[in-house]
Amino acid sequence: MNKKMVWRNSGTFLLFAGPSTFAFAAVVLVPFLVGVYLTFTNWDVRTGDGTLIGLANYTEVMKDQAFWTQLWFTIKYVFCTVLLSNVVAFFIAFALTSGLKGEKWLRTGFFTPNLIGGIVLGYLWQMLFSQVLPYLGQTYGWSWFETSWLTDTDTAFWALVIATAWQLAGYLMIIYIAGFSGVPNDVLEAASIDGASRSAMIRKIVLPLSVSAVVICIFISLSRSFLTYDINLSLTKGGPFNSTELASYHIVQKAFLSNQYGIGQAEAIVLFAVVALIALTQSYLLKRMEVES
Amino acid sequence: MRSKRYAGSLKSAALYIMLFAFLFPFLLVMMNSFKKTQYFVENPLALPTSFNLDNYLNAYENMNFLKSFMNSLLITVVAVLLILLFASMTGYLFVRFKWKVNGVLFFLMLASMTLPFQVLMIPLVMLYGNMGLLNMKSTLLFMYMGFGIPFGVFTFHGFIKGIPYELEESAFIEGSSRLRTFFQIIVPLLRPVMMTLIVLDVLWIWNDYLLPSLVLLSPEHKTLPLSTYSFFSSYSVDYGPLMAGLVMTVIPVLVLYLLLQNHIIKGVTQGALK
Repeated sequence: MNKKMVWRNSGTFLLFAGPSTFAFAAVVLVPFLVGVYLTFTNWDVRTGDGTLIGLANYTEVMKDQAFWTQLWFTIKYVFCTVLLSNVVAFFIAFALTSGLKGEKWLRTGFFTPNLIGGIVLGYLWQMLFSQVLPYLGQTYGWSWFETSWLTDTDTAFWALVIATAWQLAGYLMIIYIAGFSGVPNDVLEAASIDGASRSAMIRKIVLPLSVSAVVICIFISLSRSFLTYDINLSLTKGGPFNSTELASYHIVQKAFLSNQYGIGQAEAIVLFAVVALIALTQSYLLKRMEVES
Repeated sequence: MRSKRYAGSLKSAALYIMLFAFLFPFLLVMMNSFKKTQYFVENPLALPTSFNLDNYLNAYENMNFLKSFMNSLLITVVAVLLILLFASMTGYLFVRFKWKVNGVLFFLMLASMTLPFQVLMIPLVMLYGNMGLLNMKSTLLFMYMGFGIPFGVFTFHGFIKGIPYELEESAFIEGSSRLRTFFQIIVPLLRPVMMTLIVLDVLWIWNDYLLPSLVLLSPEHKTLPLSTYSFFSSYSVDYGPLMAGLVMTVIPVLVLYLLLQNHIIKGVTQGALK
C-alpha cells in the first residue's frame, strides 16, 4: 500500500465512520472504562476529585444491607414478571396463529401498551390501584381490593409485576407469533386427527419447535425487567417506606441523591454481572432442549 | 366443519373480550378525563355526563404541554435522523472495507449492546457534568446518537451485506465518488431497514425518561415524559387534570400507531429477532 492509498483510506474512514466512532467512543466506550475506574475511587461530585481507594467501594457494597435486600426483591420481581408475561404472551400468540378472523386487529390491540413509556404506564396503573380497584372493593365487598394495593409491600409488589407484565406480554407475543410460524401446520393437523389434546399438542409439538422463540423472549423479559426504573418511579416511588425499590431505583438514589458515585457505580456493575449471568445461563440451558423441525 | 367454524368464532369472541379487558385501563382513563375529580372519586366507572374539556385546558397549561411536546418532537426527530445517517454510512464502510480497524470497531459496538444504561449513567453524568455540557439539548442528541449507533450499524451491516457489489461498480467506472455512490445507489435500497430502525428508535427516544431526566435539568428543556412526571408530583390528588394529561400524552403516539400499525409491528418483530 503506498502513501497515497493510506491517505485516501483514512479520508474514507473519517468520512464514513468518523462521526459514529466519535459519538460511540464518547458516549459508550469512554464512560464504560471511566465507570470501571470510578469504582476504585472515592470520587465526590461536590469537590470534583477523588483518589484511588482500592476495593473499598466493593466492600461497601457487600455491607450495604439495603442493596442486597433490594436486589433480592428485584430477583423475585423479575421471576414473577418473566413467568407471567411469557405465559400470557405464549397463549395469546398461540390463539392468534390458528387462522381466526381479525387476527391482525387483535395483534395490534394487544401490542398497544408498548407504545407508551414507563412513566405514563406507571401513572395509569397507579390510578387503577389507588382509586378504581378500592372503589370496586368497597362497593361490592371484595375484601381483596378494599384498600389500595400500593399501601402494602406485598400487594405493591404484585402491582409492579402486573403493570410490567401487561406491557411486556404484548411485545413478547409478537416474537412468539413469529416463532410459531416455524411450526408446520400439517403436523398440528395430523396430531389433531390422531386425537391429541390441546395441551398435549402445546407440550409435545409447539413448545419443542419454538424453543428459540422462548429463549429470545425469556432473555428479553429478563434483561428488561431487571433494569426496570420508570414504572418503579411512577407506580410506587419505592414506597411504602422504600420497601419496593428495585435495584435500578436504588442505584439512581445512591448516586444522584446521596452523592455516592463510586458505590453506586460498583452496585451498577454488580447488577450487570447478575443479569448477564442469569440471562446467559438460561439461554445455555434452554438451547439444549432445541429440536429441528 | 360447521362445529369447527362455530368454535372458531367463539374463540374470536373470547379473544375480543380479553382484548377489551386488556385495554380497559386506557378506556377508564379516557372516560374519567372528562369528569371532575370529585365525580371520579365517587364512581370511577360511571360514564361522564358531559363532554367537559376543563381538565384538558388545565393539564395543557400546567404541563406546559405545547413546549414539552415540541421538545420531545425535536429531540426524537433529530436524534433519529443522526442515527440513520451515520449508522448507515458506517455500516456500509464496514461491509465494503475489511480493514482491521473496522473489524475491531464493529466488534466493540456489538459487545457494547449488552451493556445496560445503568452501567453508563453515573460516569456519563460525571464526565459531561465536569465539562459543563449538561442541561443542553445538543448534548442529549449526541448521547442518543452514541447509544443508537451500535444497533443501527449492526442492522445496516446485516442488510448491506446482501447488496451485490456490481450495483456500485458501474457508477465507479463512470467516475462517481464513494460518497455519491453511497447516497445515490445504496441509500434508496435501505428503505425497509430504515423503517425498522425508525420505529424502534422513535419508540425508545420518545418515551425515554431516565436519560433526559439526568441531562436536561431546567424546565424549558423538559420533554413529555419529564413534564408528565413533574405534573404528577405536584398535582398528586387532582385526578381529573392528571388523567387528561395522560390522554394527551398518549394520543399522538396512538394515532401514529393506527396509521402505521403494519410497519410498527414488522419493525418490532425484525428488531427483536436480530
